[in-house]
Amino acid sequence: MKSIKEINERIKKGQVVVATAEEIIDLVAKKGVARASREVDVVTTGTFGPMCSSGAYFNIGHSKPRIKVGGGTCKLNDIPAYCGLAATDIFLGATALPDDDPRNKVFPGEFKYGGGHVIQELVSGKDIRLEATGYATDCYPRKKLETLINIRDLNEAVLLNIRNCYQNYNVAVNLSDKMIYTYMGALKPRLGNANYCSAGQLSPLLKDPHYRTIGIGTRIFLGGASGYIIWHGTQHNPMVKRKDNGVPEAPAGTLAVIGDLKEMSPRWLLGSSMLGYGVSLSVGIGVPIPVLDEEVCASAAVRDEEIYARIVDYSVAYPQMNPESLGEVNYAQLKSGKITVNGSEVPTGALSSYAKAKEISQELKSRIQKGEFFLSEPQAPLPGAESGYTCRPLKERPFFST
Amino acid sequence: MTSKRIVLHFPHRLVDQPIVYKLVKDFDLSFNILKASVTPQEEGLMVLELSGSEENFDKGVMYLQSCGVKIQPLSQDVVRNEAKCTDCGVCVPICPTLALTIDSATRKVSFDDAKCIACELCVKICPTRAMEVHF
Repeated sequence: MKSIKEINERIKKGQVVVATAEEIIDLVAKKGVARASREVDVVTTGTFGPMCSSGAYFNIGHSKPRIKVGGGTCKLNDIPAYCGLAATDIFLGATALPDDDPRNKVFPGEFKYGGGHVIQELVSGKDIRLEATGYATDCYPRKKLETLINIRDLNEAVLLNIRNCYQNYNVAVNLSDKMIYTYMGALKPRLGNANYCSAGQLSPLLKDPHYRTIGIGTRIFLGGASGYIIWHGTQHNPMVKRKDNGVPEAPAGTLAVIGDLKEMSPRWLLGSSMLGYGVSLSVGIGVPIPVLDEEVCASAAVRDEEIYARIVDYSVAYPQMNPESLGEVNYAQLKSGKITVNGSEVPTGALSSYAKAKEISQELKSRIQKGEFFLSEPQAPLPGAESGYTCRPLKERPFFST
Repeated sequence: MTSKRIVLHFPHRLVDQPIVYKLVKDFDLSFNILKASVTPQEEGLMVLELSGSEENFDKGVMYLQSCGVKIQPLSQDVVRNEAKCTDCGVCVPICPTLALTIDSATRKVSFDDAKCIACELCVKICPTRAMEVHF
């Protein structure tokens, strides 16, 4: 048994032993769980992929004379930002598009530029065009503002993602006769390809399946800087069926995270365009798992072969909310390049970059070893498998105006 | 026998002439058109795989050049921008000729331009638009 406090002492003294979520697999196989859990203090995970519920909020500072952008309108490089807040606070969502983007009118739409790209350019230090309007008040008389802004001049620039790090995800296929364009990529007709989106054995919540160490207040690697888990993510669904090792068989837990955009890097925050679907932001996240005991260690040593995902048809079943699955495969099979679905061999592709996830796990490991990153004590747990907390579909209730 | 994938740029004045036909008739070359387009300015672009005996191939290329057709090998035209690529691998199953593959150990994507037929399927499906075409 170890405590986070003891681990932090070891980080301070330069004695900490860190293994990435890949390395711990071999260590446990070689030394056994008991010895590995005594020897290793921290396991570092990582994931990198498009995370649509990403966004950022800014305080742009007060102009002279003042303008109340709150309740007015605001655009950053033509991308509308939300300004139903105080005078100079704005929120930009990753999937926001310019008003004149053709969307899917010419199908499939290309979605070349949106909120995710603005966030990437801001983080890269590029100037951004801000165009805002206000309705004028006695204390905020100005009606129009057009200026270049730069992240270094903003009072606050904070990445705020309300759903990241899905604990497992679907494998998407297409049973129809035509090509379909989804957030899981382009899916060729008649089982032409199968796309998945998880770092598998490197993915944070798959290595701590019952959220024993990952909770509200956990300090994480976010976009190249340090950030925090601030809540469970939207659509958090911890009660899905799990295997004996605790790993969910379907999309389950999620995280809401926050961090200082000014300290982040465009290496880990990339605007992404999903053909026929929209814009997103690819985000790099790494979560350290303190090896408190053998159970934590055993969970962190779960391999791709032991993590199963459901195969879902995205031509009918997914859009129509039919829960049926075409079977399950593990991440080792997915990574082999082909899987078998309905008796036919299907080539696989990934949206989540395993290479980048691995880099994040190594980067976080090195920061902890150098004493640049300390673990934090979670302040409250995430709703778990026994919590009764579920993600429910929308129950539509028609309304009638009289 | 030689077989190469080449990109031909036809200037405006040649667009209405049966140039490729001559490659077959006079030089006994066979071809497989991978891509062809005429721009609004009436410049023609054709990507083709040209095959035949070495001697005839060279003669054919000389003929094309004498007509004013610009020739470049296809491999220079489709490029994987390594700074933009995140190595996700979503392009891998989309590529019809297995020019895009992912290394089973490093999980990094590699692009074999010799296998590429410039279909451009990868270009728009790449989330960070790392596959670039420079015709």
